[in-house]
Amino acid sequence: MASKYLTGTGSESKQLATWYFTFAAILFGAQLLFGLVAATQYVMPGFLYGILDFSIARIIHINALVVWMVFAMFGSVYWLLPDETGIETVGIKIGKLLFWIFAAAIVVVVLVFLFIQVGKADATTIWFITEGREYIEAPRWADWGIVVVALGFVGNLFLTGMKGKQTGIVTVLMADMIAFAGLYLAGMFFTDNISVDQYWWWWVIHLWVEATWEVFVGAIAAYGLIKMLGAHRQVVEMWLWIEVAMLFGSGILGLGHHYFWIGTPEYWWEIGALFSALEPLPLVAMFVHVLYDWGKTQGSEEEKGNTNSVINNKPAFTWFVLNAFGNFLGAGVWGFFHTLPQINLYTHGTQFTSAHGHLAFFGAYATILIGMFYIAVQGTNGIKVMKHTRASIWATSMITGGMMGMTVALTIAGYVQVIVSRAQMGATWAGYFDGQSGMWFQQAMDWRLIMGLVIFTGFIILAKDLLTTGKNPVHER
Amino acid sequence: MAKKSVWSDNRFWQRSATWVTGFASILLIWLTFDTSAQIAMGNDKNLKDGVTKRVPGPTVINYKITYEMSNKRGHEVPIIGGNDGKGNSLFQQKEKFFGRDDYSEKEARALLHLGKLGSQAKNCMDCHTLLGNGAYYAPDLTKAWLDPAWGPDGAMQALTGKNTKEEAMAEFLQHPDQYPTHARMMPNLGITAKEAKGLVAFLKHMSSIDTNGFPRNFGKIKGAVHGK
Repeated sequence: MASKYLTGTGSESKQLATWYFTFAAILFGAQLLFGLVAATQYVMPGFLYGILDFSIARIIHINALVVWMVFAMFGSVYWLLPDETGIETVGIKIGKLLFWIFAAAIVVVVLVFLFIQVGKADATTIWFITEGREYIEAPRWADWGIVVVALGFVGNLFLTGMKGKQTGIVTVLMADMIAFAGLYLAGMFFTDNISVDQYWWWWVIHLWVEATWEVFVGAIAAYGLIKMLGAHRQVVEMWLWIEVAMLFGSGILGLGHHYFWIGTPEYWWEIGALFSALEPLPLVAMFVHVLYDWGKTQGSEEEKGNTNSVINNKPAFTWFVLNAFGNFLGAGVWGFFHTLPQINLYTHGTQFTSAHGHLAFFGAYATILIGMFYIAVQGTNGIKVMKHTRASIWATSMITGGMMGMTVALTIAGYVQVIVSRAQMGATWAGYFDGQSGMWFQQAMDWRLIMGLVIFTGFIILAKDLLTTGKNPVHER
Repeated sequence: MAKKSVWSDNRFWQRSATWVTGFASILLIWLTFDTSAQIAMGNDKNLKDGVTKRVPGPTVINYKITYEMSNKRGHEVPIIGGNDGKGNSLFQQKEKFFGRDDYSEKEARALLHLGKLGSQAKNCMDCHTLLGNGAYYAPDLTKAWLDPAWGPDGAMQALTGKNTKEEAMAEFLQHPDQYPTHARMMPNLGITAKEAKGLVAFLKHMSSIDTNGFPRNFGKIKGAVHGK
């Protein structure tokens, strides 16, 4: 295991991974910052009105979210490839070039969102300013750029996987990443029919975050368990295959829970309800899996009389455990809350969805990707056992605590909307604003903003820790 | 010694994962064909022949649209051109849209095209929800065309100084900052008169889409909260 690839210094793939992680962390900060702007606008509607309206703040909030995660995912793959395959990543020079193209394109897209914002109702706007479809607003030219970059990335992954040792983890990633890249194509066309539009739009959004991204997390968690605990590969990979079966088995047809009300036929009620109700099961399995492997590995060490922790990277492992639980709680429990059509009829399009969205993206993805940042810090600094610092504990607590608080606040806001705007008032314009002006809703929005500030402070501490902990003498080298 | 069980064999689970994924994908693709056929946009002939489509043709803007309980379905459905008394569309009663109820298929399609493009070019979905999807900073637009606020008894026609729903909506869309209804205001997005007309056509068309009863009780309840 102690190959030159353990450290970032010996591997160009790992170097590229750190570039991806760095850019991802910057975008993560931007995501939080623009989230704060949008949260402030709920409390003070005049804030930046006419300059940086809610729609623009939100576009950057959610697109920065998606893009930082994609960057961190690409980075994670470039990081683990040399470890898994035993060889340097094939086509790394092209990989590096594509990184700069990708990063430059993102900067241009963000600047256009910020300063041009909207365009005329014509195809030029769709091609060069905004596509106006939630999460994938990036204009069409950038779509094609993303396709080229994704193809390059998938190409590198496949060539490396086929040339080097193709472990179970690499095999899962190869299959998963090609689906992940291919699905983006479903979001790259224009139609006048909004039902058809949203039908395919969900192929991208749902089949990313409730299928391919989840499988990606399974693979990364497997890698992390082997890397940080020394867990047994055969056991870990068997679990991984079971998770893939469960995640795709429930997640692919779970897509149906987005097809209740967009003009699509009624049979999606049954299909969507059944399969999406099964979606939390693999998330329970993943949680059990992480804790089980931890306990098993620690236990077998203790039998040998070794009482030290088996974890060689405390901050990263903390984030991995938070991932296992956060994925179950945010995606599983909060998702299940409103996944049945009988409930979703009233919760669809309320802050309830927002509560679920926030905790799920955080719990399922942000956590494990931050964990990967720490694994990279460990690797690039040649640290054998990485420990918590005061900063890492504060950052983890503030970000996680803030996120939970925000989720609770948004859930309460969602209840108010469901009861007042929907059930009592029948979802009209007047009903909407009656809900929004309710005391509980407004208090919830205040708390959401406060919790946002807690998270942002936690992020600053996290950034400081990631930048400085590598040189901290507390770690074992 | 017993033989090694298949349940602890990685190859078995790898194959299972492949089969499960393949089966789910094939089922999804099959359902996609069925759904695509059901949600394909109708045309003028369907409306004239009285054929109910989940997504009616663009000339639906020539008709009166309401949202009423269907006896058969057990929830509200869009009713186009009058109700037969059981919650089925009659496709007879017309309604003027910007002074006309005889838009040709081509004209109506062009308006809808402009409106749909406009809805994306102005990032509507990043404040509003459309069919319940989008952001939650502004009201849902799924059935906005049918909102009592814009009707003869609502405040918006008087506020904008217009006599019809479509003109009031178009005026508001062009100058939302001049007609504040709440502390949270829609910003001026540079929407032209032509674009506004397209957007209103898009909204009217969207209200005719069969959304399986979402949103429930839309526009039916008056004063439930404050007992007016």
